[in-house]
Amino acid sequence: MKPINKTTSVLTPLDRKNVDTDQIISKEFLKRIERTGFGKYLFHHWRFNKDGTPKEDFVLNDPRYTESEILVAQENFGCGSSREHAPWAIQDYGFNVVIAPSYADIFYNNCVKNGILPIQLAHQEVDELIHKGQQNPYRLDINLEEQTVVGEDGSQYSFTIDPYWKEMLLKGWDEIALTFQYESQIAAYEEKQFV
Amino acid sequence: MAKTIIEKIWEQHIVFEEQGKPDLLYIDLHLLHEVTSPQAFEGLRLNGRKVRRPDLCFATMDHNVPTRNRETITDPISRKQIETLQENCDEFGVPLAGINHPDQGIVHVIGPELGLTQPGKTIVCGDSHTSTHGAFGALAFGIGTSEVEHVLSTQTLWQSKPKTMEIRIDGDLGFGVSSKDVILAIISKFGVDMGTGHIIEYTGEAIRQLTMEERMTICNMSIEAGARAGLISPDKTTVEYLRGRRHVPEGEAFEQEAERWLSLASDEGAKYDASLSIHALEISPFVTWGTNPSMGSGIAEHVPYAKSYEKQADRDALQQALDYMELEEGVPLSSIEIQHVFIGSCTNARLGDLRAASTIVEGKKVHPSVTAIVVPGSETVKRAAEAEGLDKIFLEAGFEWRETGCSMCLAMNEDAVPAGERCASTSNRNFEGRQGAGSMTHLVSPVMAAAAAIEGHLTDVRTFMKEAVPTA
Ligand code: SF4
Repeated sequence: MKPINKTTSVLTPLDRKNVDTDQIISKEFLKRIERTGFGKYLFHHWRFNKDGTPKEDFVLNDPRYTESEILVAQENFGCGSSREHAPWAIQDYGFNVVIAPSYADIFYNNCVKNGILPIQLAHQEVDELIHKGQQNPYRLDINLEEQTVVGEDGSQYSFTIDPYWKEMLLKGWDEIALTFQYESQIAAYEEKQFV
Repeated sequence: MAKTIIEKIWEQHIVFEEQGKPDLLYIDLHLLHEVTSPQAFEGLRLNGRKVRRPDLCFATMDHNVPTRNRETITDPISRKQIETLQENCDEFGVPLAGINHPDQGIVHVIGPELGLTQPGKTIVCGDSHTSTHGAFGALAFGIGTSEVEHVLSTQTLWQSKPKTMEIRIDGDLGFGVSSKDVILAIISKFGVDMGTGHIIEYTGEAIRQLTMEERMTICNMSIEAGARAGLISPDKTTVEYLRGRRHVPEGEAFEQEAERWLSLASDEGAKYDASLSIHALEISPFVTWGTNPSMGSGIAEHVPYAKSYEKQADRDALQQALDYMELEEGVPLSSIEIQHVFIGSCTNARLGDLRAASTIVEGKKVHPSVTAIVVPGSETVKRAAEAEGLDKIFLEAGFEWRETGCSMCLAMNEDAVPAGERCASTSNRNFEGRQGAGSMTHLVSPVMAAAAAIEGHLTDVRTFMKEAVPTA
């Protein structure tokens, strides 16, 4: 996993709540057995018409946000299916950071395990960011070490994150390798349970 | 100190704990299917890692499998995914109920059926509806593919202890009210993110009276309430369901296990971080009209008016849902015409569900403008239903009787609802395009689906039931 600390880019405002993983990556794209290449299918049915042409009014098709690495959405982002193809698609498309007032639990975990930083801000703060981002391209500086989000006009926000997840993201750990260090504890547990 | 079942199971599974870190939890049962596992096995291979405890894994194929002709999987990518699971299970020694195996079925249907699902176990699967197994008093939750790989190689997971939530359902369920209506009513009342960060325990008189199958329907949809997991403390009903199943002990050993299971039940006076309740009398046969499971009402109601919502954001969400569903405010729910009926999925495709639906369709005909299919939850369910003649009842009424699998619940195989058409479905998600691009889903119980199939529109099953029961 690639470490992540600082990200600077304009934000992409997706003003919807309860965005489910079926919308993030639709089932017809889940049949691949690889981890890569899902970005082109991100939000497929919101992004494209039936004939494959882009839907002009969908925010990802707005050229102002093409280079964006930060997706901002409303509450309960990533609800529904546990499919990790959702964060894979988000990352492969080019987003490294998601900002929302709340996340579905499994989706949140899936982000962290893939080096995507899910930032939780208050409702009002997210509304503010979305509003600013909709009017003009609005650049944010994200700093995980400091746990801060700073807007180009100087607005400051701070966020909390579990210290364990933070360290994992900053260092880009392979969690399995880490767990192998607890082999003796796992073996002892099994000994106790399975005799 | 009085403890909840959630705390008891959690404490029993801690392999390692340290302040400021999630706990390292041992996993007793790891279920796998073809969609969320290939990248995990590939990860093992790339790193030269093994499956630590293949004996604690169980795999099946359900999401992609065809329900008509098992022999020819026409979609080459689906076929590849199914073959990949077969190869991975062979290579790593994981037990598998493959596509033509007599135990094959939807992963959350076969776990309980085989007795793999047991009270007190920690159970995971790369699938959000793993919460289903909570009906047995197991701590069961969905995980992503990275976590699948982690469990395969270490048989553990790092988990932060979630908060606990009690949802109490008092009173007796009314005439014609199914457990599906209970969970739909709960989600509609409290919202799709009410359970975020929590594990729910369902309690109360109404829950105690339910069969194991009915309890599974409720726990299944805990994820639709945003919860990590949902469970029910084990009781005599749980023990009797498990007695004699393949993977539970026999004889005296079973009685001992049963005693241990019962001791896991939440203690009197145990405290939860949050408590909610609903009275059974508030619940009537339910249907959803929108694009998430909280957007539903009793069948006698109508599509809500925007003015009934205070917040602009909620009005916008309503409008987005109604635009997608091609519905107007104020439309009576029982006037909504449907073109498809799907009785299936890990929510409602067990024997009891099929029996209940069959009593509604027996001797009647599916409405000419409706295509109706029954997809049993597993091969075992299918055989049992056929032994009782349920297949004949459905076929005579004009339903199709299919092979098992997830099928039209998520339409990854060829069973899809065409764009612009509506389906009364016993599954668990009514998200945009869930049953096929542009399709519109109305979630209902099996008896409500059966009644809609006959009438050609959403309808109150209770009128059918009155007809069916001769008056004294
Ligand atoms: S039946 Fe539907 S919800 Fe259940 S496991 Fe299959 S796809 Fe998922």
